[in-house]
Amino acid sequence: MTVLLWGVLPYAAFALLVAGLVWRHRYDRFGWTTRSSQVYESKLLNIASPVFHYGILFVLVGHLVGLFVPESWTNAVGVSEHAYHLLSLYGGTAAGVLAVAGILILIYRRRTNAPVFRATTANDKVMYVFLLGAIVLGMVAKLAHSSGTGYDYRRTIAPWSRGLFTLQPKTELMVGVPVLYQVHAVIGMVLIALVPYTRLVHMFSAPVRYLVRPYVVYRSRDPRQLGPRPDRRGWERAGS
Amino acid sequence: MRPMAQVAMVMNLDKCIGCHTCSVTCKQAWTNRRGMEYVWFNNVETRPGQGYPRRYEDQERWRGGWELNRRGALKLKAGGRFKKLAGIFSNPRLPEIKDYYEPWTYDYKNLTDAPLGSDYPVARPVSQLDGKPMKIGWSSNWDDDLGGAPAYGDLDPMVERTRQQASEKVRFAYEETFMFYLPRICEHCLNPSCVASCPSGAMYKRSEDGIVLVDQDRCRGWRMCVTGCPYKKVYFNHRTGKAEKCTFCYPRIEVGQPTVCSETCVGRLRYLGVVLYDADRVTEAASTPDEQELYEAQLGVLLDPEDPAVRRAAEEAGIPFDWIEAARRSPVHALVSRYRVALPLHPEYRTMPMVWYIPPLSPVVDALTETGHDGEDPGNLFGAIDTLRIPLEYLAEVFTAGEVGPVRASLEKLAAMRSHMRAINLGEDPDPAVCAGVGMRAQEIEDMYRLLAIAKYEERYVIPTAAVGDAHRLEASALPDTCSLDTDGGPGMGGDGPFGQDSGRKRLPLVPVENFHILRRRQTADDEREV
Repeated sequence: MTVLLWGVLPYAAFALLVAGLVWRHRYDRFGWTTRSSQVYESKLLNIASPVFHYGILFVLVGHLVGLFVPESWTNAVGVSEHAYHLLSLYGGTAAGVLAVAGILILIYRRRTNAPVFRATTANDKVMYVFLLGAIVLGMVAKLAHSSGTGYDYRRTIAPWSRGLFTLQPKTELMVGVPVLYQVHAVIGMVLIALVPYTRLVHMFSAPVRYLVRPYVVYRSRDPRQLGPRPDRRGWERAGS
Repeated sequence: MRPMAQVAMVMNLDKCIGCHTCSVTCKQAWTNRRGMEYVWFNNVETRPGQGYPRRYEDQERWRGGWELNRRGALKLKAGGRFKKLAGIFSNPRLPEIKDYYEPWTYDYKNLTDAPLGSDYPVARPVSQLDGKPMKIGWSSNWDDDLGGAPAYGDLDPMVERTRQQASEKVRFAYEETFMFYLPRICEHCLNPSCVASCPSGAMYKRSEDGIVLVDQDRCRGWRMCVTGCPYKKVYFNHRTGKAEKCTFCYPRIEVGQPTVCSETCVGRLRYLGVVLYDADRVTEAASTPDEQELYEAQLGVLLDPEDPAVRRAAEEAGIPFDWIEAARRSPVHALVSRYRVALPLHPEYRTMPMVWYIPPLSPVVDALTETGHDGEDPGNLFGAIDTLRIPLEYLAEVFTAGEVGPVRASLEKLAAMRSHMRAINLGEDPDPAVCAGVGMRAQEIEDMYRLLAIAKYEERYVIPTAAVGDAHRLEASALPDTCSLDTDGGPGMGGDGPFGQDSGRKRLPLVPVENFHILRRRQTADDEREV
């Protein structure tokens, strides 16, 4: 079980992520969108969506720092374990509160606004379960082990996650980890695997190139568009 | 000079009877799909009126188009690049569907399935957004023919602006009011702010014909284009999560056919043609400091295809010969640059729109006649233009950023044309002073009359095909890539896909050239025997 959860699942999730992104980019660029529901309801979204997205981005940065900056590095710059814990506790909780508050309003909006709820697919609902589960359990795990110096995940979870990238997963490190953290990690990995198959895929189309491209884009007609060609998806002729 | 070609449109508002045929045929052709129920790529508004979506011209609210920053450079009114990306998680300036209108259908089934009762069953309206019964409260032309104008008329942003200049001129009392129809499609601007707003780079202006399109595979649904377009002619498909807009019927234009809205226009008020413009001067012209000079600046960007230097430069820029020739015969070039009767819609948005409008004159003649004067007498007519039922100030707010001069000049030319042609029709000698008064020669007036009054299909729609430039390659693609004996039941009988019949990539059936010409003859002939 240990090997399955901490040695196999991470790679399976990563493989599903990469394969899904490649598949989506190759065959479903038309479906690659945020599928915004703002045209139905805009007041709540204008508040909740930025709150959630900025919160979750800070949470992401926190995870990257926590998992991939080894304890020896922070010690070297002179940040004590206690100071790090406080920073992680307050910074992480602040970001987490933003994300949780945002997503709760968004889910409330999604459930109570009839057009928005009607535009919610089964895929979205599954995604929301895992997204909300990952966020809430992460918050619970963090706050449940916050007394004193808190749980020092930088001796167990962080080295394990770094080991994954050097292809030497140290699954034994995860054995003694509190259950809440374990559940959070598993749901997180499932969520990573789900990203390309749900609307979450829009996180991979952050339009940073907009900052450097010229304002007005000119494009030439695609020469393949003249003359006979196969029907494009969604434009097939009736009866063929 | 960097000449580029643009397919542009002129609409003669004098002829628009507000029948909405263009809207309906466009909808049937392009937006008759789920997710696009509320979308009209072509809509006809009654002015004064709020328009579609409601009050879209209020740019202080919707932030569409461009403005000048403190250094006098162009800047998107909705904010620059960093502001866009920082605020990408929601778009506070996005119109909701209810700003357009909530789309609905009717519960038709109830008409046949209702249990027997003492009342006739009715088909109740049902919202297409949430599937629940709804009360219809607005639509794309709710204020058609000034419906509700005493209550809603004041909400027209152009009425508000006109009243600042001439407070007494816009009234909604029945006997004092005025109206005209304004059909609107995407303007296919030379300086499109929707394209500039798109974070993904999915929107583009085609370099061959200037048509502005959305790449559906690249659009990620950020919705910035909807805000960026001051005419609100980019729409969000709420089912696919992608932006869609008027395509200028490019598949038809490419084969030399007019757009659906032009083809089906009952009043024959639309003109299609090529204009050449200097791409190097667009930004400079759009940055003209004074809003009221933008119309002149926009005319300055357009190139004269009769100028040999322009033609040489166009050829060097790779514009095909038949496109340059089409630009010389273009009715759009004639009405916009030569006769200067067509005006752009809201040049103050600084997008350099390419759908032009001839302002409406008609009611003045009838009004003059009713008062016992000779409605087509030049003296009466010119004098009456300043006291038109449709105030010049209102037209100027719509077409020339409030500058009355060009609107008056355009209407005077139309009035002079009426007067001149009346003299000819009555066998009198036309008064040369009438033409001279509007700065035109008699021949020009008569040419303009022909174009505005009796121009046939080929004169109204001068569209070079996309194919000629690519003729060689097209010829190659029209040749079958399989053996000509592989016909059904023929001696070849091979040619199936790798996994039997119907497998492998399918190709569209080739349309024989003959069909195309038969179709065109049927559409263009006036007489059945010609077909």
